[in-house]
Amino acid sequence: MHADPVGVLTGAHFLDGDHAACEGAIAAGARFSAGYPITPSTEIVERFSHRAPKIGGTFIQMEDELAASIAILGAVWGGVKAFTVTSGPGFSLMMEHIGYAAMTETPCVFIDVQRGGPSTGLPTLPAQADMMQVKWGSHGDYEIIALCPNSPQECFDLTIKAFNFAEQYRVPVFVMMDEVVGHMTEKVVIPPAEEIEVEPRRWTSADKSVFKLFAPCGEDQVPEMTRAGEGYKVHVTGLTHDERGYPNMTPAVQDRMVRRLVSKIRDNAHKICLTEEQGIEGADVVVISYGITSRVAQRAVENARAEGLKVGTLRLITAWPFPEHIIRALAPKVKGLVVPELNLGQMVREVERCAGGKCKVIAVGHAGGTVHDPDQILKAIQEAAR
Amino acid sequence: MSTPIVCINAPENPVEDFLRTDRMPHIWCPGCGIGTTVNCFSRALLDSKTDLNKLSIVSGIGCTGRVAGYVNLDSFHTTHGRAIPFATGLKLANPEMTVVVYSGDGDLFAIGGNHLIHAARRNVDIKVICVNNLTYAMTGGQTAPTTPLDVITATSPYGTYDPAFNLPYLVEAAGAIYVARWTTFHVKQLARSMAEMFKKKGFGFIEVISPCPTLYQRRNKMGDALDTMKFYKEVSKTKHGTPTAEVGLSKSGEIIVGKFVDRERPDFTAMMHAHLQQTLGEKYIPVEGPVCS
Amino acid sequence: MPRGSVHIVVERCKACGFCVEFCPSKVLALSSAFNSKGYHPPHSIAPEKCTGCDLCGMYCPDFAIHGFRTDKPSTAEKEQDDAC
Repeated sequence: MHADPVGVLTGAHFLDGDHAACEGAIAAGARFSAGYPITPSTEIVERFSHRAPKIGGTFIQMEDELAASIAILGAVWGGVKAFTVTSGPGFSLMMEHIGYAAMTETPCVFIDVQRGGPSTGLPTLPAQADMMQVKWGSHGDYEIIALCPNSPQECFDLTIKAFNFAEQYRVPVFVMMDEVVGHMTEKVVIPPAEEIEVEPRRWTSADKSVFKLFAPCGEDQVPEMTRAGEGYKVHVTGLTHDERGYPNMTPAVQDRMVRRLVSKIRDNAHKICLTEEQGIEGADVVVISYGITSRVAQRAVENARAEGLKVGTLRLITAWPFPEHIIRALAPKVKGLVVPELNLGQMVREVERCAGGKCKVIAVGHAGGTVHDPDQILKAIQEAAR
Repeated sequence: MSTPIVCINAPENPVEDFLRTDRMPHIWCPGCGIGTTVNCFSRALLDSKTDLNKLSIVSGIGCTGRVAGYVNLDSFHTTHGRAIPFATGLKLANPEMTVVVYSGDGDLFAIGGNHLIHAARRNVDIKVICVNNLTYAMTGGQTAPTTPLDVITATSPYGTYDPAFNLPYLVEAAGAIYVARWTTFHVKQLARSMAEMFKKKGFGFIEVISPCPTLYQRRNKMGDALDTMKFYKEVSKTKHGTPTAEVGLSKSGEIIVGKFVDRERPDFTAMMHAHLQQTLGEKYIPVEGPVCS
Repeated sequence: MPRGSVHIVVERCKACGFCVEFCPSKVLALSSAFNSKGYHPPHSIAPEKCTGCDLCGMYCPDFAIHGFRTDKPSTAEKEQDDAC
């Protein structure tokens, strides 16, 4: 299905990542956002508050992130596509409702424009230190999808992708930006609406007497969706529930329900894991990175190649589910994997786990506040190549 | 031993249409007043001729929160304290829905307090039914911000010493357009109040004082549920229009019931429409409903 | 005087006693019978006094009883009922 032309600003623009993400949400069909101001994400909802009344949408600034993160879920069950935005401290507040969204299989999008942490940290400076939090931040077993744009153009493109994944898998999806990508201004090309692929909500047409809101369907094993007001008399709860949505707090139902919530993503990981590879064939060292760090790493890789080193790059566009299959296949073929991140070691742990000791894994950590010096990454590449 | 009379060809209990009968019996204790309030709710819906396909009920966590699971409506059992912001999102996305929040005192006024005052301030068009059993019942009877002074609870074993909120006073101050209080003894009045509230547009609030015989009454040696209902009958005084500052509760004192606030002011959506129409003119495209590809 | 009767869903009753206490015509009493949970459900001890007002139904927290008219309500009575 294609995007609704109302709201698609076709053309070439000069936008920062935050603004581009907002346009991506609108192009994807989002018509509701609830937010709370937090640097460096605020511009996304400021722009949406501007655009919404002109496209039949609603923006409401809620009293806190707890309210914002659940207001969007209410809006989704009311029948629209909805999203919220935040950064570290707000992300922490939203964790309960992220779990609720995963548990109730509510399709929605959360944009986290990462900044220095922990706690109040560096409101106006970048980090990539929420990468484990996005996967594990809420309690219990659940799976989510997280995408990492590395340019304002990708902020536009991947936000649309996020909405599409959300509808496809009835799951909360995260766009993990960082302050640099959010505040850098670059050319963003917005195609005509008919060239933008948008995933429709999986509206059920089942008979009201048989429809089960949480019964897996189709090859993806994802349940169909409906909304309040269609006469289905749905029941949605955060308690462990059966296929009808009725609370059923027994070990057997818990096992069935949680395993399904997890496997609908894990079993489809090969379709969800988006990566960008360059020069991997025959490489001795592969640099694995995401977000703004992938652009800095590019300079280090160029310098390494200039020294005669055989270096490839693997960019994680999808951070979660983690592309285990790719790392497992790659590790035996290289001398080392270098993982620069604007944190003190998060995604590198997944790389290590999947490399299984078959090659060196060198983390290039950074406490945040700015981007890496490419030489730090170059040094690691040299070490990995030894 | 005489057997209870069961009539054949009896007309159905009006509440049955509202229940997920496949989930009966419910989990509430013998004598708990929550089920009683559901009877009143079902009568009120029948009387106000609300379209049940366009009614959503949103609840939080707690004994009262379980109402959502037992009623045969689009029902949303959300997180603790956050029924109101969920309801706000639902209403804004789908303005033709009637949205009722049905939750308990701890859920709405402790963890949910901030959300309640903002929704009342905005006059969001949702109707809040607060069953106030003066405690956190589900978790074992701990102190709530509504627990009167000198009451023994699981977390105030020597009796409470911090004052309670006066709910009608708080909600009126925050901006609600309809504020009433009844007890579970006042079944007819409660049903009528609910029906009256459903006809209004804006943030409506009804407090229903209810027994929690298993925890609140037992720990304070106040007898069982029936004793409590008789107590409500004895100490309640219907005084419509009493200034809400004067309707605070105490451990065994007078309970002032009635309708305290019934006023008009534009609801959130009406204000939003009017303002955006005025400022944007033709460029304004109002929300038409659940528009989702 | 209006005439009525009650219908009791025995298995749902938890013997709270509300219906017995608040029946304006004192029609009900808790019986000596047991349901499967061990509660004594109510029974009509004075069925001829029942007016079908359904106060029992409104009070019952367990949806275990309701009252209904067995005669047809007169127009005057129905109007009065609707008005209050």
